Amino acid sequence: MKQDIILAGVGGQGILSIAYVIDNAALADGLFFKQAEVHGMAQRGGAVQSHMRLSDATIWSDVIPKGQADMILSVEPLEALRYFDYLRPDGIVVTSSTPYRNIPDYPEIDGVLEALRKAPHAVVVDSEKLAKEAGTVKAQNVVLLGAASSFLVLKEESLVRTIEDLFRPRGPVVLEANLKAFDLGRKAALGS
Amino acid sequence: MSRQILLGDEAVALGAVDAGLSAAYSYPGTPASEILEHLVRLAEKTGSFKAVWSVNEKVAYEEALGASFAGKRALVSFKHVGLNVAADPFMNSAITGANGGFLVVSADDPGMHSSQNEQDSRYYVDFAQIFGYEPSDHQEAYDMAREAFDVSERFGLPVLMRMVTRLAHSRSAVATAGPRPQNALKKGAAKDWILLPVNARRRFVQLLDRQAEMARFGEESRFNVLELSGTDRKLGVIAAGIAYNYFREALAGEAARPSFLKVSTYPLPEGLVRKLVDAVDTVLVLEDGYPFIEKRIRGLFGIPGKTVLGKLSGTLPASGELTPDIVRRALGRPPLPALAPSGLPLAGRPPQLCVGCPHADTFKALNRALEGETGSNVFSDIGCYTLGALPPYTAIHSCVCMGASIGMARGAADVGLHPAVSVIGDSTFAHSGITPLLSAARADADMTVIILDNATTAMTGGQPTYGSGEPLLRLIEGLGVPKDHVRTIEPLPKNHDKNVQTIKDEIAHHGLSVIVAVRECVQEQRKKRS
Repeated sequence: MKQDIILAGVGGQGILSIAYVIDNAALADGLFFKQAEVHGMAQRGGAVQSHMRLSDATIWSDVIPKGQADMILSVEPLEALRYFDYLRPDGIVVTSSTPYRNIPDYPEIDGVLEALRKAPHAVVVDSEKLAKEAGTVKAQNVVLLGAASSFLVLKEESLVRTIEDLFRPRGPVVLEANLKAFDLGRKAALGS
Repeated sequence: MSRQILLGDEAVALGAVDAGLSAAYSYPGTPASEILEHLVRLAEKTGSFKAVWSVNEKVAYEEALGASFAGKRALVSFKHVGLNVAADPFMNSAITGANGGFLVVSADDPGMHSSQNEQDSRYYVDFAQIFGYEPSDHQEAYDMAREAFDVSERFGLPVLMRMVTRLAHSRSAVATAGPRPQNALKKGAAKDWILLPVNARRRFVQLLDRQAEMARFGEESRFNVLELSGTDRKLGVIAAGIAYNYFREALAGEAARPSFLKVSTYPLPEGLVRKLVDAVDTVLVLEDGYPFIEKRIRGLFGIPGKTVLGKLSGTLPASGELTPDIVRRALGRPPLPALAPSGLPLAGRPPQLCVGCPHADTFKALNRALEGETGSNVFSDIGCYTLGALPPYTAIHSCVCMGASIGMARGAADVGLHPAVSVIGDSTFAHSGITPLLSAARADADMTVIILDNATTAMTGGQPTYGSGEPLLRLIEGLGVPKDHVRTIEPLPKNHDKNVQTIKDEIAHHGLSVIVAVRECVQEQRKKRS
């Protein structure tokens, strides 16, 4: 059993928090994992990605070979498109529909969403709306994690427990908002 | 034994602590920064050792060497080009030797994710003729760091560990052992450390004499693995560091695999290389970085009767980061089927200055002040502000190495370029800008230095800086810059016109001016608020 996931988004969107939750859930579930991430210059508002590998056997490479990813999990729709060549032909794309426009030549969003639907399995959620509903627009990353959760090889309770550990130090309001964001994301994906 | 989730960098840090580390020094630089960041966190928690952000890599190296001379175990870490800055004490410490165990960690950046070049630190291991490690995964990073201090004390030499970006910035679970106690202070042999020619000649011979023993030690290391196939004589693979992972990845799921040698230590375990080469017709060398091993085993004329494949033969690309896909191709395996691109042209999303960044306001003012200039007048330096090279600013014309901007502006001014402007951050100024400014001040060079004082080392995540605020102004004056031409501006949109005028005035002054643009990094402000 293995699952390779490309996490994608823009620097500052909380990709590494998603990775943190998955890493810890994988440790709790007794799985092997490797997770390669980007630090330094690229983090400043640029495209960022993290390679997340889960398995019940030895994992060799820290990065996912092209064509081997089972999932693209993206907090931004244009960024989801950037890594199609990593995805298996029958892989799943879980992405936000909320564009992050910090470049002058950002394409028409309708075209981006149409291109995303060319993937055989695309789960597109309105993370901005759901995060606001949960209580903070900052929780879009956790909405996406929730949306992906029913497709992950990890136990839901391990994910939720790590989210609790991650956000508890930031106070009950932030914690509740993120737990709700996870739940709303999960339900949105199951309903889509 | 416990299992912890660690970055590759953090695994090195923890391995060092568990080896009885007493002191660690570093200057931030991607992909090495997280080593000392983790050590700072651990030191704050336990209070049992020193973890210090030094003013630059050379100083960091000397601080660590001093701790080693005192008999304690010490670590110094930096990115690959940081070792260039520290190259003087590094090369000489191979002659003096170490007293307490001394681990040097140099993190290479193949593919230049955040660097000016992709130099390979294994050449420094060879250059200094010391022992080196190259881990392939997190567990090895931890285990090798823990072992390296024993090896350093065994040979009486610094040991270098080469990291690469992919391992430095990847997370995985690591099984850790308990900590070993720290060394007591121990007097060493001062005559070994006084590198007068009479001593240095003797010490160099001793270094050469130890080479064979180091090679033998490497041959026996559990980290070097030779596996000979009983049936296949055609191909043998030599894979170093993380290249080994890509080799295993490509063949995972296949029933048989070719003979291989996993190389994890330097000097090269020649005996093991010979056994592999003797067993096969073709040797494929896989390494992330320069063709260091390939060059060594191929020599000038190749190996009679054998074919050596690698970067020199064109089997793998000579530049850029090694990937599992490249290795897969080199092994003759077809690419895996993948989803077709969507067909939508994808706008690039390069890194950029943060919204509200003070550098943006400084660049806008500088661009305005230089309107109409057609030369390449703005010498810049290394930091977030290097992003001023990109649109919409396109405000700078060079970025070479830490502190270069001031000396380069001076040289250009000397031969008649006007305006000659240097743009440098406060941390980079402290790192390598002070001495060239002293030199420019003595000559009253006709140039304008703009120091971007955002009170942090921003690009690498906000490490402390040595020259900011009032003390920075006093330092500049102390170097001999005329007081009337040390100006400060506050880079904010509301001050734009005023700031443009200040820059114009100082460019018009035929002599040295320093303008300090003072405003805190927005990321650091945000951290303080949350």
